[in-house]
Amino acid sequence: MSASSTTILNLPDQTTAAVPKRNYISAEHGLLSWLLTGDHKRIAMLYLISITFFFFIGGAFAGLIRLELLTPQPDLVASDTYNKFFTMHGVIMVFLFLVPSVPATLGNFLIPIMLGARDLAFPKINLLSWYLYLAGGTLTLAALVLGGVDTGWTFTTPLSTHYLNTHVVTTASAIFVAGFSSIFTGLNFIVTIHRMRCPGMTWFRMPLFVWSHYAASILMVLGTPVLAISLTLVGLERLIGIGVFDPNKGGDPLLFQHLFWFYSHPAVYIMILPGMGVISEVVSTFSRKRVFGYTAVAFSSVAIALFGFFVWEHHMFIMGVSNYSALVFSLLTMLVAVPSAIKIFNWAFTLQKGSITFETPMLYAFGFMGLFTIGGLTGVFLAALGMDIQLTETYFIVAHFHFVMVGGMLMAFLSGVHFWWPKMTGRMYPESLSKLAAVVTFIGFNLTFMPQFIVGYLGMPRRYHAYPPEYQVLNVLSTAGATVLGVGYMLPILYLAWSLKYGAIAGNNPWQATGLEWQIQSPPLTENFTEIPVMDHEAYDYEWLEHKTQNEVTTVG
Amino acid sequence: MDNSIATTEPLMPRETAVHEEHEHVFIPQHRHHFETEEQQREAGSFGMWLFLLTEIMFFGGLFFAYLLYRNWYYDAFVPASNQLSVPLGGANTAILITSGFFMALGVWAAEVRKRALLVLFLILTTVFGLAFLGIKYVEYHEKWEKHHIPGASFDISEFVNPPKDAAGKPTQHALPPDVAEKTQIFFFLYFAMTGMHALHMIIGIGLLVWLIARAQRGDFSSGYVAPIENFGLYWHFVDIVWLFLFPLLYLINRHPLQ
Repeated sequence: MSASSTTILNLPDQTTAAVPKRNYISAEHGLLSWLLTGDHKRIAMLYLISITFFFFIGGAFAGLIRLELLTPQPDLVASDTYNKFFTMHGVIMVFLFLVPSVPATLGNFLIPIMLGARDLAFPKINLLSWYLYLAGGTLTLAALVLGGVDTGWTFTTPLSTHYLNTHVVTTASAIFVAGFSSIFTGLNFIVTIHRMRCPGMTWFRMPLFVWSHYAASILMVLGTPVLAISLTLVGLERLIGIGVFDPNKGGDPLLFQHLFWFYSHPAVYIMILPGMGVISEVVSTFSRKRVFGYTAVAFSSVAIALFGFFVWEHHMFIMGVSNYSALVFSLLTMLVAVPSAIKIFNWAFTLQKGSITFETPMLYAFGFMGLFTIGGLTGVFLAALGMDIQLTETYFIVAHFHFVMVGGMLMAFLSGVHFWWPKMTGRMYPESLSKLAAVVTFIGFNLTFMPQFIVGYLGMPRRYHAYPPEYQVLNVLSTAGATVLGVGYMLPILYLAWSLKYGAIAGNNPWQATGLEWQIQSPPLTENFTEIPVMDHEAYDYEWLEHKTQNEVTTVG
Repeated sequence: MDNSIATTEPLMPRETAVHEEHEHVFIPQHRHHFETEEQQREAGSFGMWLFLLTEIMFFGGLFFAYLLYRNWYYDAFVPASNQLSVPLGGANTAILITSGFFMALGVWAAEVRKRALLVLFLILTTVFGLAFLGIKYVEYHEKWEKHHIPGASFDISEFVNPPKDAAGKPTQHALPPDVAEKTQIFFFLYFAMTGMHALHMIIGIGLLVWLIARAQRGDFSSGYVAPIENFGLYWHFVDIVWLFLFPLLYLINRHPLQ
């Protein structure tokens, strides 16, 4: 039971330990007990399985894109097939993986427990949101099987409304439906955070994970309906030719851009904010310190959500918007860097003089901090108007948002999955193999996307399946990196599945962490707590934890 | 890090709550994951308000488009909005407000636990809602006959060659064809906004029928009024949307016929 100096991992004696007999997994049996469940933890697991499925489909398309770009000639597929590849990659990754990734899985599982509640406020709506997600996913797969769609994930008008004969309406309705799944998740989180906190759980005692989900939920609730209406209009324009985006009838294609990006810019904060919440938890646990500047980090989440609504036009700088509004939006875009930097600096100060250990979640968290910083800083380049005209629609921008979304969010997701895996399943993942996976992912990621910054800066446009031969070296590097990255993502699937049966018994609190979720058994009971807890200390209070274990009396038999 | 840390067992069970549970009889609709009925009721209505917020954003996209195009194509929007019937629209406004009034009475009836009254008020709410949709149908039908529904069969002749009155004077200024084309945008927005509103009414009426059946069964006569309250919020929201649509589409800058 002794903790060595290189790890804080503290597992129970494996010869006597066992996963608790009564827990949320064993509470009921049979497929129906899962499909009709109201338990937030079971719904989180359903989400985890389904988003992993879609992640690998989206990833397969990424692989095909990189394979085509291995050579300068368009030799693997025809150009319109290539267009379908990157569209399906974008649609699946954005709407079916990134948006629900952390909130619908980890958030769903943990928010009620972190608040000391028995469930989310509306369990049935929570289940409904999973079914809507599945319906959206099925429609997307239907569009894919029927022949795909090639508008790009942005559905740019009038391309999507007048010039293409692919399954735009099917895909748009898929996103419409999946959007409502995200609205319901956000709504559930906000109500739960407002109304279901346990006694003593004040706003400023909530873990930062909850704060960042609160901010992301505001974005989901306010932004997604606007996406719904803009996609409805695209559908109507295609089906009956209403003319609202058709310049021939006096409509304005730019209006679509405004409506679409009014959601889709905040959407990137929907994707990144929950990831930032994961990083706060992980950094604090593996530095054995309270997060530096808790209040600043909490409010920076809300600030990002707020600013996020006033920067959408930076996607449209080259589309003929007014110079003066472009100036304002450029400034506002740069302002978003401030709360993001507050977070990065505060994590760095949390690490300072902490007792840092390097378990897998922490490795992913370090990956997040480095890659997100690069992604964020290149975002400031793109916010500058002159630079944006040079760099937009090139591979520079592809690299930029992949650094934020993949280097940032996916790293945070994997960090969180590893961190809470023992809580979710009651068993540990294999530590050395997972460290290898974290390092492989980091190397593969940089090899894939670093060359894209350079090739984009040199002028290679995005969304073309052929390019001048002088860009080949960098593209080959990128494709090689994507292969390594693919291995990095396959490994966790394999060993996490293995650990379900053969992993070491984790016990209640393998990381000796402070959160309420670590004070209950793993996997938790269906009702989470036998008695609703009373919160009488701040979040991340490691002194409190020390006192707690000091006074603990362990008796055998 | 000098937070005062309580010396008691941190995750102390809440004894008082346990006591309350023994003494207090929960209503049958109480969901186990809520600590108290109060919490359940508050969570429900808070959730409803948030949902209405998403609805505002949903309609907001259409209102934004209306604002933009009204400024751009003012000349086409004026004669196009003259096509709408103020008496019918006005009657519909009155009908919808009456329906909302009965809904408010219904919430009151549920709170004072009067089953028969509640059922009566809900039925009246439904009847006035259906009357609204009936009049809306008449209005839509007229547009259909005049080929004012956007799409392939849209006809601008009425705006290019306005019909003449008995004295042989045109009832409106004739529009050049390119401006008259823009009336299609007006009619699209008219159909999209009122159609989305009507869709909300239809969903609402479906819910009302379900609520009437439950009220008849006596579900809301024992102090459990949350569904009635929350539906009331929804119904009033739909009313309010109409109160914005009516002046925007029918009334503002409506030039008297010359």
